Amino acid sequence: MSISGPLEVFRQLYRNLRSQKLRTFLTTFGIVWGTVAVSLLLAFGQGLHKSMIQSAAGLGDRIVIAWPARTSLPWEGIGKGRRLLMTEDDIGAIKQQALGLAGISSEYAKSFKVHNGNKTMMVDVSGVSPVFGTMRNLIPQEGGRFFDPLDMSDRRRVAFIGDAFAKDFLGEPNPVGKTFMLADSPFLVVGVLKPKEQDSSYSGRDKDKMFIPSTTFRAITGEKTMDDFIYKAGTPEGNKALTLDIRGILAKRLHFDPKDDQALMVWDTTDMFAFMDAFMLGFQLFLGIVGSLTLVVGGIGVSNIMNVVVEERTREIGIKMALGAKRGYVLRQFLLETMTLTGIGGALGLLLSAGICAVFPKFGLTEYVGVPLVSPSVAALTAGVLGFVGLLAGYFPARDAANLDPVIAMKL
Amino acid sequence: MNWPLIRRNGRNGANGNGAIIHMDGITKVYDTGKVKVEALRGIDLSVQKGEFVAIVGPSGSGKSTLMNLIGCLDTPTGGQFDLAGEAVAGLDRDQLADVRNRRVGFIFQNFNLLPQISAFENVEMPMLFGGVSKRERRERACELLERVGLGNRMDHKPTELSGGQMQRVAIARALAMNPDILLADEPTGNLDSASGGDIMTLFKNLWEQGGTLVVVTHDMALANRAGRVVEIRDGLIVRDTANAA
Ligand SMILES: Nc1ncnc2c1ncn2[C@@H]1O[C@H](COP(=O)(O)OP(=O)(O)OP(=O)(O)O)[C@@H](O)[C@H]1O
Ligand SMILES: [Mg+2]
Repeated sequence: MSISGPLEVFRQLYRNLRSQKLRTFLTTFGIVWGTVAVSLLLAFGQGLHKSMIQSAAGLGDRIVIAWPARTSLPWEGIGKGRRLLMTEDDIGAIKQQALGLAGISSEYAKSFKVHNGNKTMMVDVSGVSPVFGTMRNLIPQEGGRFFDPLDMSDRRRVAFIGDAFAKDFLGEPNPVGKTFMLADSPFLVVGVLKPKEQDSSYSGRDKDKMFIPSTTFRAITGEKTMDDFIYKAGTPEGNKALTLDIRGILAKRLHFDPKDDQALMVWDTTDMFAFMDAFMLGFQLFLGIVGSLTLVVGGIGVSNIMNVVVEERTREIGIKMALGAKRGYVLRQFLLETMTLTGIGGALGLLLSAGICAVFPKFGLTEYVGVPLVSPSVAALTAGVLGFVGLLAGYFPARDAANLDPVIAMKL
Repeated sequence: MNWPLIRRNGRNGANGNGAIIHMDGITKVYDTGKVKVEALRGIDLSVQKGEFVAIVGPSGSGKSTLMNLIGCLDTPTGGQFDLAGEAVAGLDRDQLADVRNRRVGFIFQNFNLLPQISAFENVEMPMLFGGVSKRERRERACELLERVGLGNRMDHKPTELSGGQMQRVAIARALAMNPDILLADEPTGNLDSASGGDIMTLFKNLWEQGGTLVVVTHDMALANRAGRVVEIRDGLIVRDTANAA
């Protein structure tokens, strides 16, 4: 073909698009609409998924929580209903013997009166190990920290406090470095919880609580037996086996029937994740089907427009061929037009979706549905599919028109 | 300015005797499924370089069919057709497109301009398909539009022009590639007699400058201004006479 360089091609293209304003608009609109619909659908799905995972992880990242309770089966000559008492020695034994353990922390809990000047409040305090912080997703705000092994071994009077409690009790959002009185001793705030979504708990929301080293807790209370302990395996799938292992170790040390699942009560939060994963899979499947249908409907729309367009343009194609345009030129021009419209439509659709997602948090619904996240590849794919459908729908009639004798094409 | 219709590279008249059109027993049958229409039943026609031929005949006699064959817009059912010494029968679609682009300039009764683009861009179009450089296209399109008296209407769209003006744009477009022959199928059929007369005068000027023209018309007064009149009836040539100069 002897049509001159790429610049010329684009000048031609621009001229054609400009001269076919309505069809340019309709085709582009169809692609924009389809891209926006599918992108937003999946963006909101993604956002919801993420927010669900985040708030579920607010309790901790796939941890197991265990409470020593009362035996429900007789064992070694002792009747049922005996209360199990667990100490740090038992934790030490688990650390030594359990296979695949990634972290474990005891938890001692009690309500305390705390004083700040003449302000007095009641607060739920947990005595825990430093590893508890990461296991339970207790992330400090800027400038703070969770307590460390040194705080632990020196039984320092340091506290990591919830963000809501910080505001209520100390009157500021991030009062790191402040001291207050607990059980007649001064305590130093070393970290304040970074606000987080938490959709489940077992002893109150973390934002209202206070955490101190378990050694300090035991020193000021004289407490020897823990309320509960949390642990996790190296992999989420390992939790089940690990729980079995720990139950066995404790059964031997505390003398209860290893088959007695009431003696040690266990909450494996991975069950919750498993449910959520199943739910999300179903949800994504639903979105996928709706998205595909949207694509099909959009594709039919775009291909209808293309079809009408080619019919409308058969005369134009005839005239051009009468003037010496070759088949290849006619088809290439058509392909280029469709591709350009697809590109523009896809880009506009992506921008529009991103814009909607950007202003969406302003409506204050993110707490329930999360922050929608547009995926450029989804938008590109959608626009591509729509463009391809349009191309197919337009290509064959265009080819037919280009195959006619010019005199017939001109008469149509 | 001189404005010859003769090709710059002088490729015309390749068979030596200067016959631009040579037709031998050309037939055209329209097969519409149920009925077969024999539009042309054996046309023998030769047109030499520099001739101005008027084709006349009653409606439905096959004039347009013949013109479309000459212009390679359609293909004959039978017979031999050479255009500028080259057999058309063996050409494929793209080669036919090239022939239409370089050898023939076609003018239609209903103008067949592209309505969305300007007069200038319409005239430029065949040169685009012919691979003419941008600068040359500009110059030539301007020159041609000036020549047909539309120098001040170049940026107008066809819809903003009168019938006579549209037909002059179409003539400028037909001349754009410097064709061997200019074909016009009832170019004045949609025009009032005054603008029709202008168009006819334009053709006569082209002829006097050495161009070759074949024009279909119903108007005997116009036909008599041509050098030769060919009359068709029922798909056959029934009269072929030279006019006295
Ligand atoms: N595409 C077609 N399909 C079927 N028959 C056709 C077709 N085109 C023309 N014809 C028939 O061929 C015959 C010649 O038609 P043509 O258009 O060549 O006549 P014409 O001399 O140009 O007439 P007019 O002066 O009215 O333009 C007519 O009988 C017409 O009906
Ligand atoms: Mg006719």
